[in-house]
Amino acid sequence: MSDEKKFAAYICTGCGIGDRLDASQLENVATREGRMNVVKQHEMLCSKEGVQMIQDDIDNDGVNHIVIAACSKRAKVEAFAFPESKVAVTRANLREGVIWARPDTDEARETTQEMAEDYIRMACGEIKQMNPPQPSGQQERNPNILVVGGGITGMTAALEAAAAGYTVHLVEKEGQLGGHAAKLHKRVPFKAAPIGTPNSPDANLPMPEDTGVAEMIAAVESNDNIKVHLNSRITKTSGAPGRFSVDISTESGDTVTENIGSIIQATGFTPWDPSGLTNLHYADCPDVITQLELEELANAAGDGPIKRPSDGKEVKAVLFVQDVGQNSDKEDELPYDSGVGDLVSIKQALYFKHHNGDDCDTTICYDNLRTPGAPGEDFYRSGQKNGVIFTKADVTEVVPGDTLTVKMHDKILDEDAEVHVDLVVLDVGMVPNSGPDPYAATESLEGLSDEEREAELEAQAEEAADETSVSVESILNLTYRQGTDLPQLKWGFTDSHFICFPYETRRTGIYAAGPVRRPMDIRQAQDDAAGAAMKAIQEIELAAQGRANHPRTGDLSFPTFRREGCTQCKRCTVECPFGAIDEDEERYPQYNESRCRRCGTCMGACPVRVISFENYSVNTVGAQIKECSIPEEWDEKPRILVLACENDAYPALDQAAIAGQEISPWARVIPVRCLGSVSLSWVTDALNNGYDGIIMMGCKRGEDYQCHFVRGSAMANERMAKVGDTLESLNLEPERVVVHEVAITDIERAPALIKEMEETIEKIGLSPFKF
Amino acid sequence: MSDLNQRMIEKYRNDFLKEVEANVEEGEWVKMCMQCGVCSGSCPLGKHWAHPPQEIFMMIRAGEREEVLTSDSMWMCTSCYNCIVRCPRELPITHIMHGLATYSKKLGLVPKGQPTATFAEIFWNNMMKKGRVNELKLGLSLYFKDGFGQGIKNAMANQKLGMAMMKAKRMSPAELFGGHGIKDVGGLQKMIKKAQELEDARMKKFD
Repeated sequence: MSDEKKFAAYICTGCGIGDRLDASQLENVATREGRMNVVKQHEMLCSKEGVQMIQDDIDNDGVNHIVIAACSKRAKVEAFAFPESKVAVTRANLREGVIWARPDTDEARETTQEMAEDYIRMACGEIKQMNPPQPSGQQERNPNILVVGGGITGMTAALEAAAAGYTVHLVEKEGQLGGHAAKLHKRVPFKAAPIGTPNSPDANLPMPEDTGVAEMIAAVESNDNIKVHLNSRITKTSGAPGRFSVDISTESGDTVTENIGSIIQATGFTPWDPSGLTNLHYADCPDVITQLELEELANAAGDGPIKRPSDGKEVKAVLFVQDVGQNSDKEDELPYDSGVGDLVSIKQALYFKHHNGDDCDTTICYDNLRTPGAPGEDFYRSGQKNGVIFTKADVTEVVPGDTLTVKMHDKILDEDAEVHVDLVVLDVGMVPNSGPDPYAATESLEGLSDEEREAELEAQAEEAADETSVSVESILNLTYRQGTDLPQLKWGFTDSHFICFPYETRRTGIYAAGPVRRPMDIRQAQDDAAGAAMKAIQEIELAAQGRANHPRTGDLSFPTFRREGCTQCKRCTVECPFGAIDEDEERYPQYNESRCRRCGTCMGACPVRVISFENYSVNTVGAQIKECSIPEEWDEKPRILVLACENDAYPALDQAAIAGQEISPWARVIPVRCLGSVSLSWVTDALNNGYDGIIMMGCKRGEDYQCHFVRGSAMANERMAKVGDTLESLNLEPERVVVHEVAITDIERAPALIKEMEETIEKIGLSPFKF
Repeated sequence: MSDLNQRMIEKYRNDFLKEVEANVEEGEWVKMCMQCGVCSGSCPLGKHWAHPPQEIFMMIRAGEREEVLTSDSMWMCTSCYNCIVRCPRELPITHIMHGLATYSKKLGLVPKGQPTATFAEIFWNNMMKKGRVNELKLGLSLYFKDGFGQGIKNAMANQKLGMAMMKAKRMSPAELFGGHGIKDVGGLQKMIKKAQELEDARMKKFD
């Protein structure tokens, strides 16, 4: 096939498009104004025949740049993908974007047709700036997975990946596998009671069961696909998914370098240290212990009773204090609840019923009893059935002595009470074993004034200089420009979104699983590990083809920059939310295709507009802005440019049209990959071209962000704060440009926001820049 | 306090929950309560109770023996069964309340003059005489339970209702003299006596 560009537009008349619009007029626009080489109509373009018609033109007539004027780009994605052909495709949204968004009335007919014609013009303009995306040539298929951490999570991930035929390097810093779980006496049961088990006090309910860790270790050690590195750490990780180079060093200093496709970080947790709580006397009373320490006592008990540490006396009464230092707003305590401590205490109370006899008093003092997971409720009942006493109480003090006195406030009976026991067990929370957060310093500066920013920087410098402050050791030692380890979401947990993107961190191809991601127990960690292993495998396969993984799965396009135009300002390397861009020896940005999520935040950042994707660039959107018709002032037909995030705002508008919401006939909506990719030049160009208003619709930013690219929406907002200067220099009203946070569920609000702009324009008048 | 009460205290020391499990009808369910409070919220008389069911269960587990057994709360239960229907853990709460009341009576811990307890006793004695309830006598006993003067006052206050019932033949003054009985009163009384013996024998174990 020659490199010559051949443009074609296909207009679908199905789904009512042909009834509501003058299709032959649309054809005219595509031919005369859009200058398409081929323009065809079809009564149902997404049908087998319709798609075949296009495929024939590709195969026989060399068509390689295609405009599909039919439904939204979110509909019929597979039908119009043409995966076997090297073609660029764009869509003009005539169905959701025009006919469904407008009333079917005689008065509306003219403006509806104009809307459709504009979308054809815009798509024809865009396609001329597009190129068929193709892989960079950087990619390799590397079927090796690195798992960091040899606990339950790490071992499960390794076994799952190995079972799927991938090679695993399992790195553990200790001298043996198993992590915390290897030290447990028993585990919380995995299965609920069978369906139909009655609620009665003599029902057959789940009991603590063997941990299965020894079997798992044996399975890992005997698996030919798993290479275990004990007493080892990661001393260097460079490269990108599909071509990581990882140095694994033993304590003695021997280093091996492995080529790795993708990485799973399963570094687990450390129990929180309750020594600071002097009222509970953990630090100075040997009979006040943590749950993990009780496991050792239970293991030591053998077939006999559990004995307390101070004098080896058999325990006759034990009390569990739940949520110690958790859900707390005090400094140095944990602001979250680890969620699994209540199950653990029930399990351990049952140890006493088993080892020390039915008449051993076991009391669990809780505030909110939480027993997550399928067997949770049954296990709670199992505890009750076996005589564990549950008391909703605040434990205020433990008085050490031969018999320990526990003072508490009973919250159901609203009275103070005292219990005398031999042993007190504390449920302390899980602290994630994360590396240093690469963004800890920069993100604490957000939203601060210049003065506050300076003060914060100074405080950080002081803290760094303070020798007593603990510096966290790096786990991955990434050679990325943006730091050595995975960014943290909240409270030190290595994650990028607790709900929407499990396992996805802000570093492509590196997945977090287990309690380093959020607090969890063995059962949850095993599910988590399997999930992360699937992601790691997916990444290996996609990186091998040069395709994006999450969230633009399968995307072949990736950003490149025009070296001669680059001013080395570093904004792209600093602002990339995923640390995908390094700097080369000459301090130019160095893109790493397989680390990239294809959001275009670098493109939006570039002040000299040298960054582009083959099929998405400053020019592809610029052409759409330029090709849209701008009626003369006396026509009184304003133009509102809507730059809508393709993940949330654009589907919200589609959904609004499907639900019969009207969208202003003056709106022209252009989907963008992320609001972070919006170039300030689009705003300036649109204003200069005579658009009357500009609405940018992105995702929720900030702490509860919903941006698929984590920081894109926040970046855009920061950049647009400067748009006021542009408006001022053009002598335009500031109301003409607005940024909104729109969620995918805002199907009534999104059209209303456009209507709002229509009313604003009515008030302040049309733009003076029409010609 | 009765001997039995003293014996129970010694037997169970401070484990009131075990005592309830062993001696109170359906008492083995108490430990299964998860303190959600749906029973207390569902009880139509709940706000008149010193301790609604959820609280009673918590007090049992906290070993507050005397407070529970001398409480008049379980005597407030009208057996509407709302709590049983709604309890997510399916505890037979109504039965447990009656069980606790019975146990407290057995131990002689019922608060003096508790009206439900008094009525229950009047009802029982009335019924045992003829094998069926003599409504006229039951009404009168209830009127006069607090003394002659109060009885006359009560009777006068309900005079109109009484006359209307007699007129409609729903109540006969002749019932005052003997009244109806069942066929074999002696047989019933023997039966009840035997049941009492069995129960006494059961409690004897605690001597």
